[in-house]
Amino acid sequence: MKYWMLISAALKRKQTRTVLTICSITVAFVLFGTLRSIAVAFTEDVDFSGDDRLVVMSKLSFIEPLPMAYHQRIQSVEGVDLVAHREWFGGTYIDVNNFFPKWPVNAEVWFDVYPEFIISEQEKRDFVNTRTGMVAGKAIAEKYNWKVGDKIPIMGDIWVKEDGSILWEFDLVGIFSQEEGSGVYGGDQQAFINHSYFEESRMWGKGTVGNYVVKVKNKEDNERIAKEIDKMFANSSDETKTSTEAAFSKMFAEQVGDIGLIMNSILAAVFFTMLLVTGNTMSQAVRERTPELAVFKTIGYSDSKILCLVLVEAMFMCFLGMAIGIAISFIVFLFLEDDLAAFIEGISFQPSVILWAFATALVMALIAGLPPALGAMRLKVVDALRKD
Amino acid sequence: MSDSLVSVNAVNKIYQRGGEKLVVLDDLNLEVPKGDFLALMGPSGSGKTTLLNLIGGLDTPTSGSVEVDNARLDTLNSRALSRWRASHVGFIFQFYNLLPVLTAFRNVELPLLLTKLSSSQRKEHVETALNIVSLVDRASHKPNELSGGQQQRVAIARALVSDPDILICDEPTGDLDRETSTEILNLLQVLNRDHGKTILMVTHDPMAAEFAKRILHLDKGKLSN
Repeated sequence: MKYWMLISAALKRKQTRTVLTICSITVAFVLFGTLRSIAVAFTEDVDFSGDDRLVVMSKLSFIEPLPMAYHQRIQSVEGVDLVAHREWFGGTYIDVNNFFPKWPVNAEVWFDVYPEFIISEQEKRDFVNTRTGMVAGKAIAEKYNWKVGDKIPIMGDIWVKEDGSILWEFDLVGIFSQEEGSGVYGGDQQAFINHSYFEESRMWGKGTVGNYVVKVKNKEDNERIAKEIDKMFANSSDETKTSTEAAFSKMFAEQVGDIGLIMNSILAAVFFTMLLVTGNTMSQAVRERTPELAVFKTIGYSDSKILCLVLVEAMFMCFLGMAIGIAISFIVFLFLEDDLAAFIEGISFQPSVILWAFATALVMALIAGLPPALGAMRLKVVDALRKD
Repeated sequence: MSDSLVSVNAVNKIYQRGGEKLVVLDDLNLEVPKGDFLALMGPSGSGKTTLLNLIGGLDTPTSGSVEVDNARLDTLNSRALSRWRASHVGFIFQFYNLLPVLTAFRNVELPLLLTKLSSSQRKEHVETALNIVSLVDRASHKPNELSGGQQQRVAIARALVSDPDILICDEPTGDLDRETSTEILNLLQVLNRDHGKTILMVTHDPMAAEFAKRILHLDKGKLSN
């Protein structure tokens, strides 16, 4: 493109300013690629066929317990392979800053429902056979330097023991890791507690569980099974809501608020600021070049050509910043995908973000570049040369 | 249709400043034959640059007609005027107006980007123009690496490169010392004499005007010999 040298010349005129502007746009698009991917994960429709596990929880709220008696009834639904249950334990390990999720689970089937967790057969057996047993994710064990055989004291903040004590002591019987790239909810940053001990010892809530995790034989049947389960408990005192694990994890994360809305609001603020920055830069760059633009017009460059040159300059900065920013956010996801998936299942870099980024960069370039481009187009040569 | 290359007929140029009308050119007539080298002199504000702008197709008269090489400039729209300027006229300014980040070669190439010439053809034209102004060896230098005289010669090469009929020079030596001015004026004479370029030059400097074939004085919007 023969005109590229003119655009390149305009960009090189104040190289530091150009680089800083592109850097600002890059940062905005790193945020865009990352936050938009998260927002998409939170706002997309539930895909029932994307998971072979369903979560059955109370229709009222995920903090409402369900009767343990539901276990057998859920198991009896055609197409259900295994049923596990879990409870949110909360609690503090030594200091409130040492947060990690702890779940009392039915040890007998838990690791069959979650085959992505890698644990030895011996440790599995120990977990089932040790009433006070706990298995911890590798990341947690490494963080606190735990070894199998350690006693792990947890101060209960939700659950109190029958004797009024809030100190729960568990025996670490195993350490599990997760298959690389499995992105299973919670990952290896959580610990599981044998439900038997918890059930016997807790002061209240006996005979209930937090929610059920249902492993299905064929994920094509997910939607039917979910409907059947909910129908089974409809009009009971504990109605259920069955969804995928991904939907459940999103619901769990959304305790802090509407994540999708929060992400999109942050992005809107970032891009509004970027529009001001880029618009100001472009206006300043064009203002400084008024005599040069007048010379272009003098030697025969038409108004529309001048408009295009300035617009392409704005587009180059926006698209270059966008491309670098999206590439960085893609790399960020490559490194952090497993960690993010531990909190919200189904989060990954969304290819649709590239299209959105492209459209955003285009709109940004037009809004930021059009006013100075129109100003340059309407420049009166005689006046501009006189100013010089 | 006139035999002159430039024909300015009964031209008025009036600016409205607030409630006041400022008559810059007053019923002005001018004929410039092909191959002429005309110096326009006059005090500041006498309308010299305005007249050059009208002949160069940068401005339009309030009334009257401006005809250059059989084209009625006062009737052309902005787009047509741009096209006309690109092929018929070369401009030389007092302050050179080169793009600081481009080399001399690239600065001279600018008008040719508007043509359909290939890259190699453009290169050939640029080298020819730089050769005329004796700056081939400085082609890869940026303006800040050149002296004032050399920068003006690059500007002249830029004005020449598309082989226009007319060169319009607005105080081409106004920013140069005496010796360099003489070099530039000699170059303009060569372009007029050997390359057949019609030159219209505005100057305050009587010495510079002496290089022209004809000198006209403009005062209060009217021409005199």
